[in-house]
Amino acid sequence: MHPLELVKNLRTFLPPEAVLYESEDLKPYECDGLSAYRQMPMIVVLPQSEAEVIRILRICHMSETPVVARGAGTGLSGGALPHAAGVLLSLAKLKRILEVDPLARTARVQPGVRNLAISEAAAPYGLYYAPDPSSQIACSIGGNVAENSGGVHCLKYGLTVHNILQLRVVTMAGESLEIGGAGLDAPGYDLLALMTGSEGMLGIVTEIMVKLTPSAEKAQVVMAAFDDIRKAGDAVANVISAGIIPAGMEMMDKVATHAVEEYIHAGYNLEAAAILLCEADGTAEEVADEIRHIDEIMRQSGAIEIRTSRDETERLRFWAGRKAAFPAAGRVSPDYYCMDGTIPRKNLARVLDGIERLSAEYGLRCMNVFHAGDGNLHPLILYDANRPGELEKTEEFGAKILEMCIAAGGTITGEHGVGIEKLNQMCSQFGSRELKIFHAVKMAFDPAGLLNPGKAVPTLRRCAEHGAMHVHRGEEKFPELPRF
Amino acid sequence: MQNIIDQFADTIRIAAERKAPLHICGGGSKEFYGNRIVGQNISMLDVTAYSGIVAYEPTELVVTARTGTRLADLEAQLHKHRQMLAFEPPHFGAAATLGGCIAAGLSGPRRASVGAVRDFVLGVRMLDGRGDDLRFGGQVMKNVAGYDISRLMTGSMGTLGLLLEISLKVLPLPPMEMTLSLQMKQAVAIEKMNLWAGKPLPISATCFCNDALTLRLSGAEAAVHAAHMKLGGEEVAEAAAFWQSVREQTHLFFQPGKSLWRLSMKSTTPPLSLPGQQLIEWGGALRWLISDAAMDAETVRAAAKTAGGHATLFRSGESSAAAFHPLTAEMMSIHRRLKEKFDPMGILNPGRMYPEL
Ligand SMILES: Cc1cc2nc3c(=O)[nH]c(=O)nc-3n(C[C@H](O)[C@H](O)[C@H](O)COP(=O)(O)OP(=O)(O)OC[C@H]3O[C@@H](n4cnc5c(N)ncnc54)[C@H](O)[C@@H]3O)c2cc1C
Ligand SMILES: Cc1cc2nc3c(=O)[nH]c(=O)nc-3n(C[C@H](O)[C@H](O)[C@H](O)COP(=O)(O)OP(=O)(O)OC[C@H]3O[C@@H](n4cnc5c(N)ncnc54)[C@H](O)[C@@H]3O)c2cc1C
Repeated sequence: MHPLELVKNLRTFLPPEAVLYESEDLKPYECDGLSAYRQMPMIVVLPQSEAEVIRILRICHMSETPVVARGAGTGLSGGALPHAAGVLLSLAKLKRILEVDPLARTARVQPGVRNLAISEAAAPYGLYYAPDPSSQIACSIGGNVAENSGGVHCLKYGLTVHNILQLRVVTMAGESLEIGGAGLDAPGYDLLALMTGSEGMLGIVTEIMVKLTPSAEKAQVVMAAFDDIRKAGDAVANVISAGIIPAGMEMMDKVATHAVEEYIHAGYNLEAAAILLCEADGTAEEVADEIRHIDEIMRQSGAIEIRTSRDETERLRFWAGRKAAFPAAGRVSPDYYCMDGTIPRKNLARVLDGIERLSAEYGLRCMNVFHAGDGNLHPLILYDANRPGELEKTEEFGAKILEMCIAAGGTITGEHGVGIEKLNQMCSQFGSRELKIFHAVKMAFDPAGLLNPGKAVPTLRRCAEHGAMHVHRGEEKFPELPRF
Repeated sequence: MQNIIDQFADTIRIAAERKAPLHICGGGSKEFYGNRIVGQNISMLDVTAYSGIVAYEPTELVVTARTGTRLADLEAQLHKHRQMLAFEPPHFGAAATLGGCIAAGLSGPRRASVGAVRDFVLGVRMLDGRGDDLRFGGQVMKNVAGYDISRLMTGSMGTLGLLLEISLKVLPLPPMEMTLSLQMKQAVAIEKMNLWAGKPLPISATCFCNDALTLRLSGAEAAVHAAHMKLGGEEVAEAAAFWQSVREQTHLFFQPGKSLWRLSMKSTTPPLSLPGQQLIEWGGALRWLISDAAMDAETVRAAAKTAGGHATLFRSGESSAAAFHPLTAEMMSIHRRLKEKFDPMGILNPGRMYPEL
């Protein structure tokens, strides 16, 4: 369908301001949080209801127009990067909190609701929504579902997939599905899990029922400094093997503490090679118990300084530094590139050593902040896009980090998704048979292949061309494709 | 061990060529659960030979085991390191295997507080209906590379693939547990369970039956004692045996031979007015109903649906109703397409879940 004809069709039931096609109106949508990739969409639509979403999708399906969903556009893997010949479907106007049920501890919300807004609405009842990505003031719950987002609290309280009960989803063909239920399980296959983290490839999420968690009576954080990053890594393992699951366990290396301290004044030890933030929450009795225990373990693990937050202000100050790590990176460098590999905790020190070596090799600084408790690394490579060739060098550095994560028994993405960014690394992590299954799953939901095409799962051809064809479990990959 | 996998794969390929159904069989402990496999020339595919723990590192909180491993052996190994399968899967017999536990997707008393089987599954190795050896997920806590096939497999009753190895997140055993009993009526119990679940209390299991609410507290000693002070109630002796009897359905409530319905629903649903006896778990979200053969399946299913849930005929007794709650046409068509992709010849446990799959 001609773009203007499509606009005309959409405007039969949408107000003019909900269908954008002039380039100055499209500009704000040309990228998400991964701004190195940009693409103007053909049309942007802003529906206000599920019924409108259904009509939009039916028209796009009939006219074979690709559709890319967008929440708040904070994604870090280019998942919401528009399609040049497609419709960008913004869910930003579906932002109503439909119901908070304090007794059942659930909230029913539209996809455009901000993550933090759910916790704010639940706060009067002593409840909150546990997954807390650092982007929580901005990111949408629909985007969280699409990426299976996590946050500092996820070590103890789980990721998005553990905290949602039900979804309403519209397929590309315009059919609506109710997935999951108000109870703790549902009949049939676990499509709730399949939808979570599916990066807008299988359907459009139009409503979410989330679980709410009772706010802890008390929280306290231990800040421990180490002169050697290995000792910090060991301390993480020691806490876990003592049978403690902290409410959060985050690590920052020296580059990170220096960048942050200058700007936030969190009171971090600047001599330390690494600092650990380890939080206990629960009843006052539980917290006192656990803090004593954590303190002891940090001491035995060789911490050079240990401080325990004395009050809520101090606790928030200790965390403020960690939460400001990304903006701090933005202050010390014109650009930064955030990686998201996850590894078994025991390989932490080895992988960090490797990153340091690569950093020297590429002549690019790298700061490390990460969810140490679950082995989710966020190396931030600092670079300057205005220097010719530096972005390419950065991407190569990043790709090597991800290969290292795979080799360490880990994965290329813990919470940010594959998007457009990590397609090549998917070829290293999976064999052609697994990739075929992923394409088959996509086909089961979207046989026409119109939803977010080209994202999340690489084509077999792309993998063959990328040349990441290591021998996988003794089999040659892509035997069906010609060699060159 | 690779030769066992090769044999499984050959069996699957041959069955696919002949379009002859396979009945994937673990310990046979959950024979009663689900529907009968349909088709002619059904052959058994016994997975119990593929057993043993592949990797277990307590400090990583992850265990990887082969699906023929007996659940009891796996749990014993974890207990040695003061860890557990936190979802407390029911065994329903000493022969229960890890494969059957994941395929059936059943969780026990701790489910409402820590999560279900699927919440702890991190990765799978499996054979699909073509006999292809596939790996999804991994051994790490967070992983969003590719679709979540590992969790899709959980609870799929062996209809999408033969599971070979499973990686699971494990949790430390709580330092202390205490079980309390409080006398009250059902409506009050439902309200209390929901109210308390909204407070920061260390409640790890609930069971209401015969006008008694039994609660388990798990956590740090100080927290458990503090909660006991707040909640009151009598401390129950032999508590481990009590929870074991609920988990394994050896509790007197579960009378053998009768139809047993499992209704999963919104936890705040008021008492259901269905004839028969009820036992409530999961803070109100799980209701067991013992009824006689005259009980009409439609009535039970309608009650569950109205409450935002679904009903399973868990043990058929004399009833001839289908085991699982029917799916809407749209959902069934997605299910069928998924089945076709994983098992194009329709040979893996056909009919075990729904006649169409
Ligand atoms: C400073 C910063 C800090 C961050 N910290 C974290 C963190 O701690 N943890 C973490 O996990 N992530 C983090 N992120 C990444 C990002 O915030 C999350 O991935 C978030 O969930 C994206 O939500 P969004 O609404 O911005 O989605 P978008 O970026 O708009 O979209 C993300 C993907 O979801 C799809 N999508 C969006 N809405 C829907 C819908 N309704 N239905 C179907 N598909 C949809 C899109 O097509 C796209 O593929 C951070 C990002 C930034 C910029
Ligand atoms: C000769 C003979 C024929 C029989 N014929 C039938 C029959 O036609 N229909 C019938 O219902 N019963 C039949 N039975 C009864 C049989 O004993 C039980 O149904 C069966 O052993 C139950 O085992 P299970 O795998 O269900 O047990 P569990 O180990 O408890 O498994 C539960 C579920 O998980 C699945 N499963 C187990 N391991 C895996 C795995 N590794 N990967 C994927 N899925 C897995 C099973 O298929 C089953 O759906 C027959 C028994 C015999 C001896």
